[in-house]
Amino acid sequence: MATTVRDAPAAGLELDVRNAAHRKHPWRWLSAFIVLVFAAQLVKMLVTNENFGWDVVWSWLRAESIVRGLGITLMLTVVAMVIGVVLGVLLAVCRISANPLLRGAAGLYIWFFRGTPTLVQLIFFYNLSALLPKLNLGIPFGPVFASVDTNTLITPLLAAILGLGLNEGAYMAEIVRGGLLSVDPGQREAGQALGMKNSRIMKRVILPQAMRFIVPPTGNQVISMVKATALVSVIALSDLLYTAQSIYNRTFETIPMLIVVCLWYLAVTSVLYVVQSFIERHYSRGARHQTPSFWDFLRIRPKGVAA
Amino acid sequence: MSTVLQARAVRKSFGHTEVLSGIDLDVTSGETVVVLGPSGSGKSTFLRCINLLESLDAGRITVDGRDVGYDVRNGRLHELSPNEIARRRRDIGMVFQQFNLFPHMTALENIIEAPIAVLGEGRREATARAVELLAEVGLAGREKAYPRQLSGGQQQRVAIARALAMRPKLMLFDEPTSALDPELVGEVLATMKRLASAGLTMVVVTHEISFAREAADRVVFMDAGQVVEQGTPEQVIDNPQHERTRTFLSRFL
Repeated sequence: MATTVRDAPAAGLELDVRNAAHRKHPWRWLSAFIVLVFAAQLVKMLVTNENFGWDVVWSWLRAESIVRGLGITLMLTVVAMVIGVVLGVLLAVCRISANPLLRGAAGLYIWFFRGTPTLVQLIFFYNLSALLPKLNLGIPFGPVFASVDTNTLITPLLAAILGLGLNEGAYMAEIVRGGLLSVDPGQREAGQALGMKNSRIMKRVILPQAMRFIVPPTGNQVISMVKATALVSVIALSDLLYTAQSIYNRTFETIPMLIVVCLWYLAVTSVLYVVQSFIERHYSRGARHQTPSFWDFLRIRPKGVAA
Repeated sequence: MSTVLQARAVRKSFGHTEVLSGIDLDVTSGETVVVLGPSGSGKSTFLRCINLLESLDAGRITVDGRDVGYDVRNGRLHELSPNEIARRRRDIGMVFQQFNLFPHMTALENIIEAPIAVLGEGRREATARAVELLAEVGLAGREKAYPRQLSGGQQQRVAIARALAMRPKLMLFDEPTSALDPELVGEVLATMKRLASAGLTMVVVTHEISFAREAADRVVFMDAGQVVEQGTPEQVIDNPQHERTRTFLSRFL
């Protein structure tokens, strides 16, 4: 039936675009060939180059010390991101508040933490005791209620959490602020006109719409954070990279150990990518452009694109 | 007939531009007042001052005898907290030029949000009423549609139903048909005419002269931040007393 429709010329129409010859694509075939050659080269190298030390990779991949290092990396990512998101929302609300002092303070914070390298901030927190030997809780120029030795308080772990979390807060603040500003001011007015409280408007009207703009860059931030935790190896915190380094310093199996590290980072970021696509889909309710389903990559022809 | 809205000597400036230069207006219960006037005459600003989406610089507006943003204590007005202001806005419904429906909620969710959150209605009760209201504005069966799946006229009718769900004592319409394609204007105006004849107290800012003629109890003509003249549609539209009113109306003939 379909073929008869396709072949039958429309009434009085001798030439019909339905029956037009398709264009040939010689360059596609050529580029496909070139890519295949390179791919074959890569596979050959991966298989035949013994310096990769795949047996070493395999034996260390699930070693207890490596898994423990991975645990530190994941824990750091989660804690630093939680601090970053909470701090980011607070800073963003300060940045758009009517209070000029809050606006200025938040702006200064963001300026400082975005303007200096994360690595420098980490080392700075690690060496905080050189600046402040004791941390005091009290009234400025007045009595001190509690005092603690900085070196006992700021362990490498706390320095790492502070360095990564406070830094992340500055970036998240800008992401959240951008998301809040992207929501049409009429939405807030509609909520106000209905007698809704500001907190309710924020929770039910503004944030759900802002999330569409906040989630994708936040996903990127999480993935960046997973990798940024590798910086803590400079302050001798035994994360995934530091653990691998201390092993290859002993065994000289540098490349296999770095491959182990890469495989784990790739595994973690891949999982995060999948999670992110599900969250994005959740927040695209009622939107003009529905976020495509995660499984769409399995389709040969993307939905909605003419064949 | 009790007075629902009372505005006295209302002034408002944006920067150095005075938008409202002393507005006086009374609206009694059940009345439909249509505010006409050229763009920039301050009519939308005045409407937004009524529910305090814009603050006043001087003068006073009371709705149902109370200031929306202030309390009277010891013979002086005291500014209210944002939550108090929110409580006083619930009796004043508003319909916007750009509809301002919540795009992430269905038509039904748009309507039941405020009755549940603000009036403390139960979900079942609010839903039943929302279904009724949708039928009333001619959108029975579209409960599950998202705003983007509706035409402009349908969206505006959902917005009207959303405002009505709060059982307002006063409804404000801010150019409700100005963002609509011409063929969709009629359905929204028909809905508004029905509300007017049902006795809802309405202040309508619009450019639809025919609506003013057919549905208004009183027409107010504003220009340059002042009420130039007001009266029945016959008086103001058919027999305007002021030159500025005549100039404005001549553009619609």
